[in-house]
Amino acid sequence: MADRLAGVRHLLPRMSAKFVVGLILVGAITLFGLIGPQFTVDPLDSSFKGLLPPGGEHPLGTTKLGYDVLAQLATGTRGSLYVGLLGGLVALVLAIGFGIMAGYFGDWLDEILTVFTNIMLVIPGLPLVMILAAYVQSAEGLGDFARSSTLVALILGITGWSGSAIVLRAQARSLRTREYVAAARVAGEKGLRIIAVEILPNLVPLIAAQLIWGVMAAVLGEAGLSYLGLGPTGSVTLGTMLNDAQTGQAVGAGAWWWFVPPGLLIALLGTGLSLVNFAIDEIVNPKLRAAPEAARQQRKATKAGKGVASGGSFA
Amino acid sequence: MTTPRSSSPPPNSPEQLCGDPASSIEVRGLNKDFKLRRGPRRSVLHAVVDANIVIGAGRTVALVGESGSGKSTIARIVAKLETPTSGEVLLDGERTPVRGAALSGYRRQVQMVFQDPFASLNPFHSIAHHIERPVKLHHPELTRSQIRDRAAELLERVQLGPAYLNRRPHELSGGQRQRVAIARALAPGARFIIADEPVSMLDVSIRVGVLNLLADLQRSDGLGVLYITHDLATARHFSDEILVMHRGHIVERGSADDVILHPQHEYTQALREAAADPERLGALRDEVRAELAKEV
Repeated sequence: MADRLAGVRHLLPRMSAKFVVGLILVGAITLFGLIGPQFTVDPLDSSFKGLLPPGGEHPLGTTKLGYDVLAQLATGTRGSLYVGLLGGLVALVLAIGFGIMAGYFGDWLDEILTVFTNIMLVIPGLPLVMILAAYVQSAEGLGDFARSSTLVALILGITGWSGSAIVLRAQARSLRTREYVAAARVAGEKGLRIIAVEILPNLVPLIAAQLIWGVMAAVLGEAGLSYLGLGPTGSVTLGTMLNDAQTGQAVGAGAWWWFVPPGLLIALLGTGLSLVNFAIDEIVNPKLRAAPEAARQQRKATKAGKGVASGGSFA
Repeated sequence: MTTPRSSSPPPNSPEQLCGDPASSIEVRGLNKDFKLRRGPRRSVLHAVVDANIVIGAGRTVALVGESGSGKSTIARIVAKLETPTSGEVLLDGERTPVRGAALSGYRRQVQMVFQDPFASLNPFHSIAHHIERPVKLHHPELTRSQIRDRAAELLERVQLGPAYLNRRPHELSGGQRQRVAIARALAPGARFIIADEPVSMLDVSIRVGVLNLLADLQRSDGLGVLYITHDLATARHFSDEILVMHRGHIVERGSADDVILHPQHEYTQALREAAADPERLGALRDEVRAELAKEV
């Protein structure tokens, strides 16, 4: 195993504090979303007393309508992660399709795909998503699907790929000129196979970073949409919880246990994903790894009285 | 002893080309222009101008010139990595395809060894991948184990052995990588090899080893080799014919010894003068020392 990993070790993140903390945060929240709902009461059971503060049978209290907040939080986390993952994946597939194809094949295909990517890039994201969501959800013949989190994820995915596509295009353009790509062409490999077998594996860190970024954007996008009332009203997510809390005037009622937990969870998930992303960025750009190390050594030297900048006869 | 070659046809004329057209690669009237664009200004770079080359089976033709002289462009055109602006590449006297299944047939015959062994192997894949893929692509009838046997055999031929199959490029030295690249070029069963400065990125001490390997393979398989280099000494030692390229033009051609010993074109003479010759440098040092001693 160690032997097999040797060649791809430079593609794996280093075990830095950032990476470990991020991984623990994301792992814990994912676990909570996956298995939490098994151990809580039905999140849509409104038979409890409304606005109970935390404690007793309801560790996180109840909402105005008498839902258990912990149960809603667990199911909401699952819902938000589903939207995030699906939205992120859709965005990634589109980004790979547009970015890497444009970067590798070049010429007129590049021109067309890049123009389209740039148009998507300059359209302001949230207004487009709002219009699209409002339009699709009011469309007839969709039934339950119109109010589902799957539809919201798809909308977030197809509006959020352009930034990643630009990054991947630039990298694919650079890899295209490598001699091993030319060697694969001389060997007789077809274009799409060269992309899949010779280029994509070397883009794994970058693609992982784009996926994490996409997941984060979709989670936050869903929260924003839900808060505006355009979210998946048919299911429970962290965003719909916040929307309920807002329409139920939780702040006015002093029911902090209603809006703080979902808000905190979104913030922690975003933090965790960002930290993992930073760790992956260090693989893509080794300079990020070297610079903090150099700064640390300089500080150490200054402390030990060997500094150049401060102390000494030149200061 | 030597007849002045001024009576022979000009260096770029087809009459002077030799070789058996039935088994050769021929480059005929090749031109390649690159369009340059710097802001609103556009210009055209004539990278290759009216090049004619014949590489017969079993012969080594060296293409010598400085960086930017167009020699690598010719290599990439013959390897079908670029399309020429005009002119054509003939294989066994027939016009060669640009795409499709016919191009695959061309690639089976004509392979390339790249300049930088550190860039020409994909860091993600094992050595087995690099050699088995071309075998599989060009011999789809072989079974998996036959392909593996063939790859092991190819590695033996470049003096590496099957143990290297499971290694990855980063575990190999530059010379070993270039041997892998040669095995990869042989994998489809090629009759012609384009070697684009195959040793310029290697340590001086292992260059001769790699070049000797190429020469051995060439003799045993009757390969036609287009050896691209800026090193006159190895060009003379390893090739039958030398073409000198300067700013896109082939300015001189002839048998290896002839071109080196009796250069006609002033650029070739300059190239020869520029080559470091230990004896000549030693004489120069003695001269300078004598001058200095006189002054004292």
